[in-house]
Amino acid sequence: MSEGRGLSRQQMADRLALEFQDGWIVNLGVGMPTLCSNTDIGERQVIYHSENGVIGYGPLAEPGHEDPHLINAGGQNVTLRPGAAIVHHADSFAIIRSGRIDVTVLGAYEVACNGDFANWKVKGAKGGGIGGAMDLAACAKNVFVVLEHNTRDGAPRLLRECALPVTARGVATLVVTNLGLFRPKGEAFEMLEIAPGYSVEEVRAATGCPLIAADTVPPVRMAG
Amino acid sequence: MTTRTKQVASFADAVRDVADGSTIAVGGFAGAGMPYNLLKALVEQGAKNLTIVVNSTGGGPGMRGVRLPDVGMLVENGQVKKVICAFTAATRPSDVLPFTKYYEAGQVDAELVPQGTLVERMRAAGAGVPAFYTPAAVGTELAEGRETRTFNGREYLLEYALPIDVALLRAHRADTFGNLRFRRAQRNFNPVMAMAAKLALAEVEEDVLPAGGIDADDVHLPGIYVHRVVRIPPEPEGIWHAPPREVKR
Repeated sequence: MSEGRGLSRQQMADRLALEFQDGWIVNLGVGMPTLCSNTDIGERQVIYHSENGVIGYGPLAEPGHEDPHLINAGGQNVTLRPGAAIVHHADSFAIIRSGRIDVTVLGAYEVACNGDFANWKVKGAKGGGIGGAMDLAACAKNVFVVLEHNTRDGAPRLLRECALPVTARGVATLVVTNLGLFRPKGEAFEMLEIAPGYSVEEVRAATGCPLIAADTVPPVRMAG
Repeated sequence: MTTRTKQVASFADAVRDVADGSTIAVGGFAGAGMPYNLLKALVEQGAKNLTIVVNSTGGGPGMRGVRLPDVGMLVENGQVKKVICAFTAATRPSDVLPFTKYYEAGQVDAELVPQGTLVERMRAAGAGVPAFYTPAAVGTELAEGRETRTFNGREYLLEYALPIDVALLRAHRADTFGNLRFRRAQRNFNPVMAMAAKLALAEVEEDVLPAGGIDADDVHLPGIYVHRVVRIPPEPEGIWHAPPREVKR
């Protein structure tokens, strides 16, 4: 990415976090999604749920003050906010399957304009890493997907159909990439906001499926 | 009344009769609640042809700088026939689990299961429920050729209970009756695995209390599910915690 163009990883996470509503129960996947908890969302308060049964965790523990018993789904040492509660794994996934998670933010290798996405198996591998992603993707009220717009080789990750085995079908509700904010609309992605330094035509060329864009696409809203 | 206790003196004593061909559930999630000492004892005990049920097969030395006992060691020791888990590869493809190379080479079998399904299958086994339907994995390659059913207009996948022969657990506090209490995120799979198991073995971090030492309202897992308890000795004899994971800020 050239200087000043596109969104950083934190900016991508920030843009999704700006969608979090007051009182939402939020589950963040491993990797880029965890950056959402750094975002300043003003007066709004959300409850972070971690698949290992921690309900209401707070910021990362300061070095030297880690509690070895207290980690989030990514294995990071976190803290508890007042009002936090702990349940076992079956109850944690009961919370997920019963539809109580308002949004899950997940990383992905590919996302399609019909809302399918793929994040558990890479090309040519025999196995993969599913973790809680299939349960979360099938059951959360909103599924936000965060990913780089293109592979290192420049191939598009926003596609008409996923080439990799999917995690869930038709569930992605909002997608952020380093090039902007998108909504899956079935036959196309709608471009809602564009990253600094890019033109719609450049984004269209970098996308593997039709892109619906207004004459003027607003810039990506920034946090703070 | 004679004093009865489920406390045994050593990890070797706790795993002494684990039979070849057993299905073993291993508690823990990303280091918290991992029964490191019991895993090490099982490697030394040497039971073979095991089916292991675990969230992840273990990160190896790369993830936290040191390698603590994990399911990967049982695999490397030739004790494992099959693993039922939510990860046969790491979340980041660049991290390589010790297990992955054995799996890719066909030296060990694996069944990859969504994490919520994995734990619910054990919950079902422990609750006398033979099968259930879940929306997870519907429409994915995991569901290919399998039974689904539509309820209220939504498609669900049939999943079967997963009974366990031996559960290896880690808890914070125990009494001689086997009642357990966990601390923070240590709880994770541990109580559910015990409930699915015929035999549950627990390593615990505090001195074992007399029966009644944990108030009935504060018991997370009733002692009726727990058969043997071992107090973890101080380091270096006992294995305690993984070091904190490095954090990029």
